Formats: sequence, C-alpha cells, structure tokens
Amino acid sequence: MRITQGTFSYLPDLTDVEIKAQIQYCLDHEWPISIEYTDDPHPRNVYWDMFGLPMFDIKDPAAIMQTLAECKATFPNHYIRVNGFDRSHGRATTALQFIVNRPAYEPGFYVDRQEVSDRQIRYTIRSYAVDRPVGHRYEEK
Amino acid sequence: MTEPNQNPSGQIDLDAAYRESKIDLLLDELNRDLVGLTPVKTRVREIAALLLIARLRERAGLDAGRLSLHMSFTGNPGTGKTTVAMRMAKILHHLGYVRKGHLVVATRDDLVGQYVGHTAPKTKEMLKKAMGGVLFIDEAYYLYRPENERDYGQEAIEMLLQAMENQRDDFVVILAGYRDRMDTFFQANPGFHSRVAHHLDFPDYSLDELMQIADLMVDLQHYTFDDHSRPAFLEYLERRVLQPHFANARSVRNALDRIKLRQANRLVRQGGSISLAELTRIDDADVRASRVFAGSSDQTSDG
Amino acid sequence: MAAASNDADKGRWASGVTPYAEMGYYDADYQPKDTDILSAFRMVPQEGVDPIEAAAAIAGESSTATWTVGWTDRLTAHEHYQAKAYRVDPVPGTDQYIAYIAYDLDLFEEGSIANLTSSIIGNVFGFKALKSLRLEDMRIPPIYAKTFQGPAHGIVLEREFLNKYGRPLLGATTKPKLGLSARNYGRVVYEALRGGLDFVKDDENINSQVFMRWRDRFLYCMEAVNKAAAVTGEIKGHYLNITAGTMEEMYERAEFAKELGSVIVMIDLTIGYTAIQSMAKWCRKNSVILHLHRAGHSTYTRQKTHGVSFRVISKWMRLAGVDHIHAGTVVGKLEGDPNSVQGFYATLRENKLPANPVQGLYFEQDWASMPGVMPVASGGIHAGQLHQLLHLLGEDCVMQFGGGTIGHPDGIAEGATANRVAVEAMIQARNEGRDYLNEGPEILARAAKWSPSLAHALEIWKDITFNFESTDMPDVVATPSV
Repeated sequence: MRITQGTFSYLPDLTDVEIKAQIQYCLDHEWPISIEYTDDPHPRNVYWDMFGLPMFDIKDPAAIMQTLAECKATFPNHYIRVNGFDRSHGRATTALQFIVNRPAYEPGFYVDRQEVSDRQIRYTIRSYAVDRPVGHRYEEK
Repeated sequence: MTEPNQNPSGQIDLDAAYRESKIDLLLDELNRDLVGLTPVKTRVREIAALLLIARLRERAGLDAGRLSLHMSFTGNPGTGKTTVAMRMAKILHHLGYVRKGHLVVATRDDLVGQYVGHTAPKTKEMLKKAMGGVLFIDEAYYLYRPENERDYGQEAIEMLLQAMENQRDDFVVILAGYRDRMDTFFQANPGFHSRVAHHLDFPDYSLDELMQIADLMVDLQHYTFDDHSRPAFLEYLERRVLQPHFANARSVRNALDRIKLRQANRLVRQGGSISLAELTRIDDADVRASRVFAGSSDQTSDG
Repeated sequence: MAAASNDADKGRWASGVTPYAEMGYYDADYQPKDTDILSAFRMVPQEGVDPIEAAAAIAGESSTATWTVGWTDRLTAHEHYQAKAYRVDPVPGTDQYIAYIAYDLDLFEEGSIANLTSSIIGNVFGFKALKSLRLEDMRIPPIYAKTFQGPAHGIVLEREFLNKYGRPLLGATTKPKLGLSARNYGRVVYEALRGGLDFVKDDENINSQVFMRWRDRFLYCMEAVNKAAAVTGEIKGHYLNITAGTMEEMYERAEFAKELGSVIVMIDLTIGYTAIQSMAKWCRKNSVILHLHRAGHSTYTRQKTHGVSFRVISKWMRLAGVDHIHAGTVVGKLEGDPNSVQGFYATLRENKLPANPVQGLYFEQDWASMPGVMPVASGGIHAGQLHQLLHLLGEDCVMQFGGGTIGHPDGIAEGATANRVAVEAMIQARNEGRDYLNEGPEILARAAKWSPSLAHALEIWKDITFNFESTDMPDVVATPSV
C-alpha cells in the first residue's frame, strides 16, 4: 500500500528539484521549515520525531535540502515529511506538509473490529509495522 | 546575467553584460550611501570587474578553475565594513556567484558554544542561514584564543575552513575586524589566509569626510546646522578623533544623537511658541555642551 | 435629556399616524457608533412613496415603532432604542434604493441569531408600502460577535484534526440521493474515500426514510470510513446528516455518530437558527466537526430585489457556529456570480474585511479573531475546472465533486483519484510559481499522462460548463447619495 498523508502523495515521488521548489514557496511566505520522521505513520500519530529544531531565518532552500539529505541518510527507511509553518495571527498552524521519503516496503494498516451490542463495532486502526520494535519496523523480513 | 552576450561574429558585448549585471547601479548606490572611502570603492569596482570577466570567460569555455571569493575587510569601527559587505553580497548575487544575496552577520558568540558539543550545531546553524548569501564574521580573531588550548573556537574555525573550501557555491565568507589583529589572526591561521582571495582595507575617515557624513545625517533627519554650530561641530570632531574609542561614522551618529537630545531639552526649557526653523536648528550651545569640550583626557564616550 | 425637547414638540406625540421619518427613524446626520449593528437594505418603494420615509419605516418596524403613535413610547428612552436610517442611496437606472440603518446594541439579545433575525427581518418584509425589500449586508460589531460561540472548531483546528494542509479538501455527495439501501450506500462511501477523497457526504434530504433508516446508514458508513482510513493511512470522514424532526432526535443521532467515531456530522439550514446554534454547542463540546447544508436558502437569497443576501446568511452562520457551509462554486450548476461568491468566501474565512462594493460587501467587518468557517463548493464541478476553482476559491475550502466522482467511467474510486491527482498537481504547479490559471489545462493534461483516472475524467467531462447569467450580482458601480 501507499500511505497518502501529506499534500502530494497522489503524485509520483517528488524529485529533489521539485522538493526544493516547494521549500522555496514556503520560504517566500516566511514559513520556517521543519523536518520530521517516524516509523509509526498511524493517521492519528500527530507527533513525528523532529529532525532538529524548525529552521528559522533560512533564505536558501539549499540549506534545507542539505539537512533533508542528512535526515534521509540517517533514516533511509523511515517516513520523512517536510512542514512549512505559518505563525501569522489567526493561523499558527502548518501551512504545507508533504512526505519526501518512505520505506521501500509499506505494510500498511488493518482495521481491528470489536463487535459489541446492537450491531455496533468499535474500530481501531493498527499498523502492521509496529509489531516490531522502533527502528526495525520497515526492515525486510 | 542570463545569456552569454555573444553576437554572430563571435564578439562578446561587454557593455551589455555590464548593464545586465546591474553592478553599475550597485556601485552608484555605494557611492551615494558612503562618503569618501575611495580606495575601498576602487577595490570593490576592481573585484566586480574581475567577477564579470570571469563569468564571461567561463561562458566562453575559458574556465580556469573556480574563483575564490572569500574576503577580509579590515579597518577601525564605523568605517563602513558592514555597509560595503551588504553591497558586495548584492554584487555577488547579480553576477550569479551566490543564489540569494543576503548578508548574515555573525560574531564569536553566534558560532562558538560554551560547552562540549555546542559549537558544531551553532556553527552549522549559522552556515545554513548564510547559504545562498554572505557570512560576515565580525571581529573574526575572537574565534581564535591561543591562550586557552581547550577553547571551542578551534572547532568553529575548522568547520568554517571546511565549508569555505567545499561549499564555495553555497556562500561567501567575509572576515572582518581591526587590521593589526586580523594580521595576527591570519599568521596564526594560515588556512584562512590561503582561502581569502581579496583583502580590503578600510581607512579611517578624514575630518572633511566626517563633516560630510555629519552634514548628510543632519540633512536626512531634517535638522540644520547654523553658522555657529557647524564650525563648532567640526571643532568637536577635531577633538574627538584624538580620544580613545573613536569609531568614525558611528561616533558621528552618536554625537548627533546627543546633540538632538540637548536641542530638545533647550527648546522645552525655553517654552513659549517657536518657529518651524527653530524646531530644526542646532544651536552652537547644543554642540559645545559636549563633554569633549571639557578637555578631560579620560573621555571614553562619544558625548 | 433629549426627550425634553421632543416633549416640547407636540406634533411628535399627537395621536394618529405620524410619518416614521418625523418620529426620529431617519437622521441624515447620525454617526453610527462602533457598537451599532448596521444593515443595508435594498428597497423598492411603492409608487409615490418617498424613499426616505420608506427607509424610516423599515428602521421603525425593525425596532420600536408601529403604524400609529403610542403614548407608551414616552415611558422609555425611545430615542435610544429607535433604529435610525442614516443614508438612502438610489441605485442608478433602477427603481431601487439602498437604505442604511443603524441599530443600537441594546435592541438585541446576546448570542441569539433568532433574536437578531426576528428584529431585523421579523416584520418589515411584508410591508405594504414597499414593493420589495432585501437585506443586502450587515455589520456585526466585534462586541456583539463576541457574545456568540462561533464555529465549533474553525478552519485551522479542522485541518489539524484531520492532518490535512496546503490544499483544498475533497468531498462528494453520495448519489443517487435517495433510494440506496444502507449497505450499498456505504459501498459508495468506501469507494470514494479509498480513491482519495477526504469526505463523503449525505445529501440534505437523506434523513431517515423507509428505504434507509438513519441508524443503519450510520453503521455502514462508519465501516466504510474506517476501512478507507486503514487502506490509505489517512483520516477520513463522512458527513452523517443528523437532521430530524425534533431536537431530541437530532441529539440522539449526533450522540450515535460520535459513539461510532465519526469526525463530522451534518445539519440542514431548514432545522432553524436555534437548532443550528444548539448543534454548534454540542459539536464543540463533543469534538465533532459541524457541516451545514444551506438547504432552502435560494428561496430567499437568489432574487436581487427581495429576500436576504447569502452574505448575510454567511455572517449569521459564522456567529451561529458551524464549521462548514455550502457557499457556491461560481463555475458549477448552481447560482453564484464570481464576485459575490468571493465576497461570501471572504466573509466566512477572513478575520478583518474592508468594505468591498465589487464583492457586494457594504460594510467593513471585524470578526475579533472568531475562527473561520470552511466554505464548501458543491454542485456540478469536476476535475477539469480545478485551475479555475483554485483561482476563484483558494485552498481553504472543501471542493465537492459528486457527479465528478461517482460518474467516472472506471468506477467511483478512480473518479476520486482523478480529483485528488488534479488538486495535488494544481497545488504543486501553483507553489512552483506557474501561471496555473492560464496553464491549467496543460498542467492537468501532463498529470493525465501518468494518471489514467484523470485522463478519463478529463475526456468525459471536458466540455461541461454551466454558463447562465446570474440573477444576483453586486451593483459594482458606486452610487451617489440622495
């Protein structure tokens, strides 16, 4: 399966040139960029781990590409996403977020159903990957 | 610059390339913004010419290796180093040597940490901010503290040297500070010396130039000297340059700030109604109340 | 006291009928206070009726007056409570006038749309002296706005809750609207969500009919939502319409939707303002997003000379506290002039708006940081129009492609994918600095090269447009004073 979180998951994986263009768009709007990674991409996993602090005061997307390259080198088999953050009054929220790296193999999720009364079902979405310990979830079996 | 300015006969249109680069506009701005500094302006013009020709040669396939662009700006405080660095960043940007053309000013505190492991991230952070532009390291010699062998400055120096060598397309470094101390610094750190291609020395301003600067500032802030206060200010400058901690244009600005304060106090004390001209006029007394005229030799401020 | 001078003027209190203007309901010199509620009415007086008297009559009937003089007015600080028409402008080339009326805040109960509307539009629209009357716009002062809850969540919180940023959200209304069994209905929901939509939606008249009772629909839809979330790794939603005959039934349906884990519920405008405010409170309390379908609004919003403009409904609904509201598409099958619709969108989303006659905004409006409502564009739109939609409507909206998803020749999921690919490709191009409005067809065509779903969608709907003249457009040109 292919996890389709983020703004550009239905497009072919972005090239470095394309990623850089999106970063430039964020910098043009004065949105600082942060890079986050995880091996637990559950749709409700809000807090992916931060690869360093958000990068404030950066003018050149090349500086962010360099950090992104370091993140990819450190976590080649993790999900990595780029966030542009809009701090303006009334927003103070993520303005753009897209996945730039994903594991070679994505096992995905299953729905765990607990049958209760009145035909009701309690649903829980579970990742096939998290059975394994942190850091080893997307290794080839 | 966009396309090589080559006509069908193989001639290169230098004028067009020069116009396109907009460096003449930037040099004009520099002339307007800064009084005097003729040797510096000449050097900037020379460097701009060198960069332009290098670009054209590269396009014509005469590439002779990558140009080193790192510079050192030496001179006393207030001689225009930061201002020139900002223009230099723009020139480098227009000629396509840096991608964005911004200036990031850093001092030792921005680069060197106080504890083990703090220096590398700090230096890295500053290098990232400077990417695409110019990293201006003020009083660069403070990075190097030979008296303390466990000083973390050395770590920052090594990272800088490495970046200056390997990331030449990413940024240009300008090292700045007092001339004598920079000389010592370069002697102790030959790695820097060999990587810095252009040395610009910023001389102190002459009295005439300082007065011109004062006239410019007074005018910009909508004040006026009268027939008495202007000679008084010149006299002030004569005395001030001989005293310690003189910082050229910066000292002129500080002195004028104090004068404005005294002028305002004088007007308020005086009360009643005043004309618009009085509101802008600097009085002889506003200048002469300065401590500089008191004649004591232990003056350390610009008052 | 001001009343003392009035007392001296015997004419004001003589029994019988006194013109409203003379009773103080018209005051050309009145300077509206920052705390006043202001209204702009478009009115067509009957032949021979003085427009100023007509405006004063509207002010009077929507505040303290009646047709004749009553001595009991004199037991009140009546000059304080009287609404004041302070400006009357003719609309050039027509028999219409725009009357501006100011209302003191004391005339209104805090936090009650019902009270606000009973005052402003309660009686006056049936007035015999007027041929027609339309409430064009209102200025809600921040001090009054602050007495309302406002959107249960608002745009920012909704995006964070759904973890979806930087692009319009995508939805679709399940089709056919009526007749599907709950089990088949859920199939449509599942296919559309797994294909790439963020939301699927009940239609306004899907409530609890004999072919599909509400509880069955909720059960099957939530199976579809959860399964789609698992196969995509994204948060998905279905607007479960909880509209019902009584508040008690609506609460029961809302509670059940919440229990099943739905992120969103839906109501129709037909349930009434008070019911909407109640559901908005419930939604904030229970962390469920509130979608409002503007069912029935065209009966009074569409005609230019009579009724209530949708920009006013937008303001009332932002105060009432809905998170989503259908607000027009411009290019789709339903009424909506581009400038007016952009005015609705700005009214729903922005914090501070200047007056903008081109967009039909008569007054400035300061929302005092009240969260924005997510506008929903729905009705006859498809992937091939994405460049126009993005240009006109921006990214903070839900674009609903009902027919444009379910009618796809390769199936519902493929239809959903076509829409998602189109929106992502367009956002990518916009962010890269492309002139996406003009290059739109080319951007879509390029994406269609690697996306067969999009290619087929573009092929089948390439020539579909709905070009009819709008019945409701702003006057645009500034009008001179009387």
